[in-house]
Amino acid sequence: MGKDLIQKSLKDSLFTGIIALALFGPIVGLRTVAKNEVLVVEPKWFIVLLIVAFCAIGRFFINIYSYKKEQRRGEPSSLGKAISNFLDEKGAQIAIAAIAFSIIFPFMPFADRYWMDIAIMMMTYIMLGWGLNIVIGLAGLLDLGYVAFYAVGAYSYALFAIHFGWSFWICLPIAGLFAGMFGILLGFPVLRLRGDYLAIVTLAFGEMIRILLLNWYELTKGPDGLTGIPRPSFFGLPFKRYPDEGVETFHTFFGLEYDPMQRIIFLYYLILVLALITNAFTIKIRRLPVGRAWEALREDEIACKSLGVNPRNTKLTAFAIGAMFGGFAGSFFATRQAFISPESFTFIESAIIVAIVVLGGMGSQTGVVLSTIFLIGLIEVFRDFESYRMVAFGGAMVLIMIFRPRGILAKRKPTITMGKHG
Amino acid sequence: MEYFLQQLINGVTLGSVYGLIAIGYTMVYGIIGMINFAHGDIFMVGAFVALISFILFALTGISLPIILILVLLIAMIFTACYGWTVEKLAYKPLRKSFRLAPLISALGMSIVLQNYVQAAQGARIKTLQPVIQGGFNFFKESDFVVTLSYLQIFIVLVTIVLMAIFTLLITRTALGRAQRACEQDRTMTALMGINVDRTISMTFIIGSSLASVAGVMFVMYYGVIDFYIGFLAGIKAFTAAVLGGIGSIPGAMLGGLLIGLIETFWSGYISIEYKDIAAFTTLVIVLIFFPTGFLGKPDIEKV
Repeated sequence: MGKDLIQKSLKDSLFTGIIALALFGPIVGLRTVAKNEVLVVEPKWFIVLLIVAFCAIGRFFINIYSYKKEQRRGEPSSLGKAISNFLDEKGAQIAIAAIAFSIIFPFMPFADRYWMDIAIMMMTYIMLGWGLNIVIGLAGLLDLGYVAFYAVGAYSYALFAIHFGWSFWICLPIAGLFAGMFGILLGFPVLRLRGDYLAIVTLAFGEMIRILLLNWYELTKGPDGLTGIPRPSFFGLPFKRYPDEGVETFHTFFGLEYDPMQRIIFLYYLILVLALITNAFTIKIRRLPVGRAWEALREDEIACKSLGVNPRNTKLTAFAIGAMFGGFAGSFFATRQAFISPESFTFIESAIIVAIVVLGGMGSQTGVVLSTIFLIGLIEVFRDFESYRMVAFGGAMVLIMIFRPRGILAKRKPTITMGKHG
Repeated sequence: MEYFLQQLINGVTLGSVYGLIAIGYTMVYGIIGMINFAHGDIFMVGAFVALISFILFALTGISLPIILILVLLIAMIFTACYGWTVEKLAYKPLRKSFRLAPLISALGMSIVLQNYVQAAQGARIKTLQPVIQGGFNFFKESDFVVTLSYLQIFIVLVTIVLMAIFTLLITRTALGRAQRACEQDRTMTALMGINVDRTISMTFIIGSSLASVAGVMFVMYYGVIDFYIGFLAGIKAFTAAVLGGIGSIPGAMLGGLLIGLIETFWSGYISIEYKDIAAFTTLVIVLIFFPTGFLGKPDIEKV
């Protein structure tokens, strides 16, 4: 019995080793390097050997382990379920604690420039995640081109602010409006497509917008990008060390020493408020008829149609509202960076936002926060290993789909149910 | 007229490449009903394997036809391993999951493959010296000389031969019958004693090796590749598959040809900067107005 198992496992791991050799042999083992303008091959057999050995040995132990586990026949414990239950019980308290923490965060002793930048970046992704959650989580439409609306928001803010000199607070709603209009424009023809077709078409739209931004040089300056985008001001008080003559700045008005951190902290609060508005809006709209219709459509489109819900209009509202929040986030991005170019709006950004929503558990607002901290944290930790971190990122997507296809917080409880909850 | 002819030749060549990739999409969609998003990156891996083997064989001094056959075979074998592994790792566990799960997993796999190749081979573009040179020139006396290079003839010929072999495989062999049966009803096929898992694996292996042939041709035709080529080529080939009617194999070839022609004529007559927009626009228009494509079956939604 035991001998048989070991023999089988050995055979299996030998096979795994051969496959691993075929996979990694040419691509990892034979690196092409340009020497004097001519490509030559540089062998790296040692690394291949290590990887192959690792795969084969790993396979062997997985076989033994899964055999032993099968003998025990225990209920598989699920960490995600435990977290999910815990959050269900203590949800409100945790949310309040999290918001309180994010409010006092800038005044923590460790919150220096580096941490603030990460916090702002995470907040931006959380906001984008919450915006996209309306489209994916509530309405069940997989949108792989969300970054297009982010880009539309960013560019419309930048163009209005540069050419007309309008302030951030006027441009913000305009940018949201523009992005929402784009959402309707793009959504109108395609929303009757089924799930995976819709995904590909939205992806195509996202790329089209990027190509347009790249080539419409007169408007967007193409690959050079737009520079000198005005920074936001604190209700008309700019954050500047040396202001123009006769202009009161933030630090003179409040009688403070000038500190560049003031602007960073202001930006942090700005995105925090924007993100919380997105969240509050989503929580609210879930309980309104249109939100209920989204969730119903996600669960069963044919049943909805027969009950008189217009699927196209309902989906269109979700698409447009999601796009609008993407536009808000985009204009924040533009004002924070003061420089935007099509480089910032590639497909990989869309993929990251989709991953945040999906891995968090579609429809779960808390899940978005958790998965943003996890994924953006992952990307940050491996900052110095540019492509390895994206390998880890993609791998995480696959693994979570395999082990928890509904996301970390697998919560798809409709907001309203008939009879007893359960 | 001469210019038109030249674009036609280029379009057919490009169309062969897209058609070969599109078959992989259409086969996988037919058999398990998912869009294999990582297929474009499998094509990219094929191009890299081809590049590496061309460089290695150039040192040995074997004669050109043998090199070509060897490179094709090597690329097919190694890339098929990738297709097989991707299916086993990322799609097989999700076969009974909800609809979007395999798509998201495929997206993750595509990111993994791109960045893995970038990490292993470097982010710079790779250039290959032309392997086959020369060609026929027509209309030498006019002001626009039309060139039909040997390479283009080679690409179209290999595509035709592969298509013939492949059609025979699908229509005449037991494997092809099993594949068509799986397309119709997987449970019933399993009850008839056909190994469904193996049939699906074979589908991925065949699709990947056809994509790798497209990769070999791509690296020979353009001479420049990087880790990102799979993304655009993948979308265009997917468009081709949809245009021909997803699930239909002759449709994929026809769609590939059309996409190749649309792209070359667009960049030849309208605008080269916006050439990728041509493929995307075609995709959107086709999906909206006739989602079943030319040779596809209408898709009826059941409760």
